[in-house]
Amino acid sequence: MLRIGIPSAFFYYVHYPMWKTFFEELNVQVVTSGKTTRQIVDNGVREALADACVPVKVYFGHVIDLYNKVDYLFIPRIVCLNKKTVYCPKFLGLPDMIRYGIANMPPVIDVRIDARSRKDSLFAAFHKVGKMLGKTPLQINKAIIKAKICQHNFQKLLSSGFQPIEAINNIFAGQVTKPPSQLEQLKFAVVGYPYIIHDQYISVDIINKLRKMGISVITSDNISNLILRLQPRVAAKHLFWTFSERTLRATSHFARRKDIDGIIHMSAFGCGPDSIVDRYIQLDNYSSKIPFLRLVIDELSGVAGVSTRLEAFVDMVKRKKRGMP
Amino acid sequence: MNKVTFPHMGESFRAFKMLLNDLGNEVILPPRPTLNTINLGVQFAPEFACFPLKILMGTYLEAIQKGANILVTTGGVGPCRAGLYAELHKKILHDLGHQIEMIVFEPPRLYPLNFIRNVYKLNQAKLSIKAIIERIKKGWRKLQALDNAEKLTHIIRPRELKKGTTTQKYKQVLEWIDDANTFNDIIEAETAALEELHKIPQDPDRLVVKVGIVGEIYVLLEPAANLEIEETLGNLGVEVERSMFLTGWARDNTWKETVEGMTVKDAALPYLPELIGGHGRDSIGNTVLYAKRKFDGIIQLAPFTCIPEIVARTILPAVSKDYDIPVLTFFLDEQTGKAGMNTRLEAFVDLMKRKKLKNNTKPQYGHIPRHLFN
Ligand code: SF4
Ligand code: SF4
Repeated sequence: MLRIGIPSAFFYYVHYPMWKTFFEELNVQVVTSGKTTRQIVDNGVREALADACVPVKVYFGHVIDLYNKVDYLFIPRIVCLNKKTVYCPKFLGLPDMIRYGIANMPPVIDVRIDARSRKDSLFAAFHKVGKMLGKTPLQINKAIIKAKICQHNFQKLLSSGFQPIEAINNIFAGQVTKPPSQLEQLKFAVVGYPYIIHDQYISVDIINKLRKMGISVITSDNISNLILRLQPRVAAKHLFWTFSERTLRATSHFARRKDIDGIIHMSAFGCGPDSIVDRYIQLDNYSSKIPFLRLVIDELSGVAGVSTRLEAFVDMVKRKKRGMP
Repeated sequence: MNKVTFPHMGESFRAFKMLLNDLGNEVILPPRPTLNTINLGVQFAPEFACFPLKILMGTYLEAIQKGANILVTTGGVGPCRAGLYAELHKKILHDLGHQIEMIVFEPPRLYPLNFIRNVYKLNQAKLSIKAIIERIKKGWRKLQALDNAEKLTHIIRPRELKKGTTTQKYKQVLEWIDDANTFNDIIEAETAALEELHKIPQDPDRLVVKVGIVGEIYVLLEPAANLEIEETLGNLGVEVERSMFLTGWARDNTWKETVEGMTVKDAALPYLPELIGGHGRDSIGNTVLYAKRKFDGIIQLAPFTCIPEIVARTILPAVSKDYDIPVLTFFLDEQTGKAGMNTRLEAFVDLMKRKKLKNNTKPQYGHIPRHLFN
């Protein structure tokens, strides 16, 4: 059976269920690189450009991990999905960076997905990929329907409080974990790019760490697109990168909610767009009402350092909540 | 009274100054970025902002100290950060308590109203539309004159007999162009300037290598941001051709010399089919074109953390290998030191010279094809 590799990074946290279902419906085996490990990060750091951001390095590492396990790598060129904002330029050049940046890679399946043009729409992309695999339009259409249903279920799980990894396990491994209980005394919002906050290695597993401290966690991915779109406009000019826009809007949404006790923004060292997102968050001064913590993650950031800052922050919030100085 | 300033990019300020004066504004010249500018910028701009944003931040603050109350700049639409610069600068400056007005020119083709409104705001002299168009044309002509003079220094400097003559003469002729204020005077000053530069004594037997410079526009155009790399290269006996000028790209030469008549976009296509914002795709396309034109090497200049240039940099080694042309990249920020840069440049130039001698190509002589400057 043909094997297609989907690196467990970047879009994995957003679209994996859909593409996995699609490929499997077409009788193709999907192979992923699994959780980020020390080894993966080291490989990525070695192969990727030193000046690249951490997530790109991690992506390189995941791709290298798949190197002799698959016949093709699936790296779509996702430009725009909502007809408004585009993805970070590094996403736009992703297939090319992999193709020319690492030697001896399996062939890359790259399709351009740009909702603003009909010939590059998601639907067309499904068909292009299906055709490359030698399938008939009928087979492809059937697979698309299955894929869309699966993605819909995935979104539903996210909206009900699951984090992406939990939702993926839930769908494919049948782990019926209940949505984490919402009875905890404190509730934190973690905002940032999904491939940073949900990557348990680079985020030093912040979500579970908080939960262990008795704090329930909600992330930008638990908020539906509609609610985000309804947020009042913060900047006079729209940010034009999808994930950055989402982060900004999610932050503004959380900052206006009554039930949130703290907001943590996680960003990656060397991330271009975040330099702007961050300053917008600061200037718009959401942080004044709800305690706000900014964590910058790099490939070396020790677990210890982050833990200390996190604990200090949690202590501060707890004291504040009890009404102490 | 309007006290207007704008970003500093190489010598272009001479043309903008004239245009804004013509429209009846008092101009506060943006100071040439210095260490102090950069430090100011670093202090007030976000930590991971790109280098150009930091320098501009510093420039604005310095100009405000000198009394500027209106900043004129360009916007632009994605997908890179530059389009957000103006907005962010304004927010930061207002946050610091500077009551300045920011006039942001968006691409006129997409936002014609914005363009007209902005021109109207700057038109203090109440000129007629016809007069405004004429002034803009004149400003453009001055920009062209400045660019042409600069291009010529890139060719003459590596061949000059006495080190430093070109730089010195260049400073002198810039003032001539600066002083010219009518359309005809500008043309006359340009002719005189080019002739004066041509008179510089040259060594016809020197081995000169040719380097194409690609990368992000601001660090390409502002010598203070790239540590005067073009001058340094010239002094090392390298003729440079920069892929970008304010008045347009070096397209004309490109078309003549590559038989295929390729555009930059075509040339980049096999490597990077997507427009990734900034000038990432141009960096790749221009590298291909320079290689086809048998240049000896390529230097890529990019601001630290510049997204499109990082993408380009990841792909460039493949281009370098396919076309057998060495590529050297500099990621520039406030930490970049001139000494370190010079060492790397010297090694790079040595490599190119050795390669050139080995390939036994005839050394390039001091003759300069005149047609390039008409
Ligand atoms: S958004 Fe930031 S972290 Fe994500 S790929 Fe772009 S630069 Fe890297
Ligand atoms: S092209 Fe580079 S320098 Fe320009 S805005 Fe984008 S990241 Fe910054």
